[in-house]
Amino acid sequence: MKKILIKNGIVVDPANNIEEKLDILISDEKIEKVSKNINDKDAKIIDVSGKVVMPGFIDMHVHFREPGFEYKETIESGSRAAVKGGFTTVCCMPNTIPPIDNQAMVEFINLKSKQVGLIDVLPIGTITKERKGEELAPIGELFKAGAVAISDDGNCVLNSEIVRRALEYCKMFNIPIIEHCEDKNLSGEGVMNEGYYSTLLGLKGIPKAAEETIVARDILIAGEVASKLHIAHISTQGSIEILAWAKKQGVNVTAEVTPHHFTLDESMLTGYDTNYKMNPPLRTKDDIKAIKKALKNDIIDVIATDHAPHAELDKDVEFNNAAFGIIGLETAFPLIITELVMQNVLTLSQAISKITINPAKILNLKKGTLSVGSDADITVADINKEIEITEEFFGSRSSNSPFIGKKMKGAIEVVIKKGKIIYEDK
Amino acid sequence: MAFKHLIGLQDVSKEDIEEILDLAVSFKDVILRPIKKVPSLKGKTVVNMFFEPSTRTRTSFELAAKRLSADAVNLAISTSSVVKGETLLDTVKTIEAMQIDIVIIRHSVSGVPLYLSQRIKSSVINAGDGMHEHPTQALLDMFTIREKKGKISGLKVAIVGDILHSRVARSNIWGLTKLGAKVRVVGPSTLIPKDIEKLGVDVYTDVEKGIKDVDVINILRIQLERQKKNLFPTIREYAMLFGINTEKLKLAKPDCLVLHPGPMNRGIEISPNVADGEQSVIEEQVTNGVAVRMAVLYLIGGGKKDEENTD
Repeated sequence: MKKILIKNGIVVDPANNIEEKLDILISDEKIEKVSKNINDKDAKIIDVSGKVVMPGFIDMHVHFREPGFEYKETIESGSRAAVKGGFTTVCCMPNTIPPIDNQAMVEFINLKSKQVGLIDVLPIGTITKERKGEELAPIGELFKAGAVAISDDGNCVLNSEIVRRALEYCKMFNIPIIEHCEDKNLSGEGVMNEGYYSTLLGLKGIPKAAEETIVARDILIAGEVASKLHIAHISTQGSIEILAWAKKQGVNVTAEVTPHHFTLDESMLTGYDTNYKMNPPLRTKDDIKAIKKALKNDIIDVIATDHAPHAELDKDVEFNNAAFGIIGLETAFPLIITELVMQNVLTLSQAISKITINPAKILNLKKGTLSVGSDADITVADINKEIEITEEFFGSRSSNSPFIGKKMKGAIEVVIKKGKIIYEDK
Repeated sequence: MAFKHLIGLQDVSKEDIEEILDLAVSFKDVILRPIKKVPSLKGKTVVNMFFEPSTRTRTSFELAAKRLSADAVNLAISTSSVVKGETLLDTVKTIEAMQIDIVIIRHSVSGVPLYLSQRIKSSVINAGDGMHEHPTQALLDMFTIREKKGKISGLKVAIVGDILHSRVARSNIWGLTKLGAKVRVVGPSTLIPKDIEKLGVDVYTDVEKGIKDVDVINILRIQLERQKKNLFPTIREYAMLFGINTEKLKLAKPDCLVLHPGPMNRGIEISPNVADGEQSVIEEQVTNGVAVRMAVLYLIGGGKKDEENTD
């Protein structure tokens, strides 16, 4: 039996309401004991005095680009990025080529993930065949093969009837539909938030209503058919107000926000830097305020990165032609610490819940906690240590990040996956 | 003053705009002489890179460069044949390899001149980028207004038409407000960009109110294909509501100037009577365009003032 003893750290396990100095004993793949002053002669001891010990993070929204766009990212490079960011479980979106819209594709992701063997890469299947929004994908088949949710992410399902049927059908499997809320008729050729800055820069705007109308529509449908809806990358105050209303009505709806949407705003696009081009676009300072408040009030349940790797040839082009999205796995935790915890928006425990137990619950995963008997997926971090984001910092194959050159607090020190140390910061 | 680039009037101070306009006055003298050439930029190379069709602006820049004795070449770029994603970096490399002093660029995507200016050693002059800025057009508009009115400060200027898609409108707003004009934008509510009033302009959707008592009307070209995107219902309705004809022009001050950056849709945004009428300064704008572009090239190219009058 292989044992590891993590000593003297501050254990933060929101699922069990724990935030205190405790030791954790790992035995093979599982957590054997969590308590004060554990001693075990056979265990390899890791002393983490002054550091925080958390459940391995879960990112329920990443793009690993394999198959189809391996020049941007692969399951292997994406897994390395995840590990550097403290994530031991990620859910990959199905907008690959071919898309994850059948059993074989789900099995391919699972196989690749096992071959890489670093973290759990859990596939999300499509809602519709080929993500075209026309006919339902074989959702039962996807679920049986191991898909943890379904989403046409990158595309919104524009046909309301299909949304209704998908939501109804998913009830049999108790998996959520993750909607990319964007009325394409309204967003059109827009490349940034519509407002003063799009006027200033002469760039086509994406109105907030493009997101909000779909948030409202899906919530109304989900409420009526009593099914489980998850809103991906929420970005506007209006969407949040609709979401808050829905939760109050008892609709089974959850939502995620990305670190960039609570950190960056539209004014940062003034240099036409395509690393600030994302979808949904960066919004206003008021939207950021609303997002922070909603995180605090648990209206927004989850922080997910929408890790979207793109190579230079996709980004270093005319603004209108540049791809949307940025990588996020490696910068997520430092941004959560710097922007939310250090600024007293969230307690450490609440912040960690949004990247551990909350996504686990939404996806019915037995993860995201340090309870005795759980898989020993553990992330240790020094939240007071300053790091500088450089291109070399990234494990990802791509480095499309607006945070390069920035300094922030929160360094990942050790990552353990099923009792195996997979990352140690030297 | 020494410029490195001219990307937009947003970044140019009032004093610098005035210096350009003053200098353009002396260059206008030059181009009205029988021998229209000065040696100011002898030995300098100026390249016109137009990624969007244009005859008037390109020719104007070419003439301006040649009248300053610079070597001016046009780089024909067929945008259709260029693979998406390679264009700009290829452009950068081409420019760097050719030892060019000044690049004049027009591009359909906002931000491209800025992008180039950050990556090449040459100076960059924006000849119009997407819906962003067209600084030399605004400078020549202001030059024309100042020449006719003797000043800009305190004048009421109405810019009429498709403000949303117009780089001419944006550059004019920056320039005119810096020089103290009261600027109004007038157009259908679908073609007024969000929060434009934060740039210090008044917004009108009623053209009759919008041009009442103004000193200058700058009429923008309406792209007829906008109609297909439901930005206005029919061309006829646009002409009826926003087309400037003699009848409407009477609402402005009697000596109101009529400007148009061209090319015009006669009978749509401007009636033939107005285009060719006494108040129209549209042809003079073209002449002034060369003088203003000479001034810009001169300042950016580091021309020597002393050499100006040597023959």
